[in-house]
Amino acid sequence: MFGFSPDAWMAIELSLRVATVGTLVGLPIALVAAYALARWRFPGKIILDGILHLPLVLPPVVTGYFLLLTFGRQGLLGKELYDLFGITFSFRWTGAALACGVMGFPLMLRAIRLSFEAIDRRFETAAGTLGANPYWTFLVVTLPLALPGVLVGAILCFAKALGEFGATITFVSNIPGETQTIPSAIYTFTQVPGGESEALRLSCVSIAIAMVALILSEVLNRRIQRRIAVFE
Amino acid sequence: MKEKQSLLSVRALQRRPDFTLDVDFESNSALTALFGPSGSGKTSILNLIAGVHRPARGRIVVAGNVLTDTEAGIFIPMHQRRVGVVFQDAQLFPHLTVQQNIKFGQWFTRMHDQGLPLEVIVEVLGIGSLMKRRPATLSGGERHRVALARALLSSPRILLMDEPLAALDDARRSEIMSLIERIRDEFRVPIVYVTHNVEEVRRLALRVVRINAGRVVSTGTAAEVLGS
Repeated sequence: MFGFSPDAWMAIELSLRVATVGTLVGLPIALVAAYALARWRFPGKIILDGILHLPLVLPPVVTGYFLLLTFGRQGLLGKELYDLFGITFSFRWTGAALACGVMGFPLMLRAIRLSFEAIDRRFETAAGTLGANPYWTFLVVTLPLALPGVLVGAILCFAKALGEFGATITFVSNIPGETQTIPSAIYTFTQVPGGESEALRLSCVSIAIAMVALILSEVLNRRIQRRIAVFE
Repeated sequence: MKEKQSLLSVRALQRRPDFTLDVDFESNSALTALFGPSGSGKTSILNLIAGVHRPARGRIVVAGNVLTDTEAGIFIPMHQRRVGVVFQDAQLFPHLTVQQNIKFGQWFTRMHDQGLPLEVIVEVLGIGSLMKRRPATLSGGERHRVALARALLSSPRILLMDEPLAALDDARRSEIMSLIERIRDEFRVPIVYVTHNVEEVRRLALRVVRINAGRVVSTGTAAEVLGS
């Protein structure tokens, strides 16, 4: 179809799956972390903030290498996770999702945190005086008001995950059909004679997916701004 | 914890680097005005009654319910106090319609007996035609009427109003003042009303607590406190 090779199709499908899973699994963690960083005071906050943002500034290869050390078969957590739940990351698409999720996480965290910080806390006080406990206040006031930022964060993370290359290839290599995402496939096609046209077509696919994601986020954002009905 | 006492009794000490609040007053009136200049601590008192802040030392009792008592280690959290607050700038939830806003409190307090029926409040405040709108599309006066409805519908034990007229023009002020008079006289919810406006005190207050620099200067009827 469209003149793509099976490898290219697999790469597209895999990239979408990896980016979606990486973003959705990271989202609840990002919500909790962003709320904690925006609202709570605790010792070591600056250090936690720094660690969570590290993947943004480290060379991706370093992040990938640390993932390998930690979540590889013989890694600290990797071994435990395999023994306990039978989850493997090394050389599997789950590992690619983990790498992409970790790389996109700081972008998502930052957007969500900023939107929490931008909320007028007097709305939360108002909810409290109306009988909403802190959990309900979060669910029906704070979260809906932060939703546009949460959405932007998730889209940024998704886009970053689609484009992730360094950490993924370091952690889980470049196996067609298992860990070869669009960027790895493009890289491979540029390395073989006659692969240029396939590389170019995949690059166009990257651009198309990224554009669709951005437009979708904008459309959703506008709809949310217009209307969020929590209850009647 | 119930006890027989006045409708509202506030004794509180709160120290901040630049300001000390040290007040002690009681009231049995349907509308008590906390009257004083800006920065005198009126809003801080409301926050203490509402449970937004905890005093260093003090005891706050509303209609026999001990809400705060630092010596006994009692501090009822804000969401369990059943205090209705009308904020200075209304603080309507921007993501909800007017109808959802005014039903917000009902949603959380529906296990309590609903003292005031929705229809009556909507009728008295004249907001029936606004129900589907969003706060951003309302005028200042409309916002305050909705905020009043929202606070009243949470079946509060007491209604706290923080300069509810400060942001309104004269025509709207007069209109909202009439509504507050009706609420004061028809609904059985005691009101604490914060203001620095003499005219509002004369027209609305049955009892005045005059505050200055974090202390109660005098208490009495409007005529007693303001002079005639």
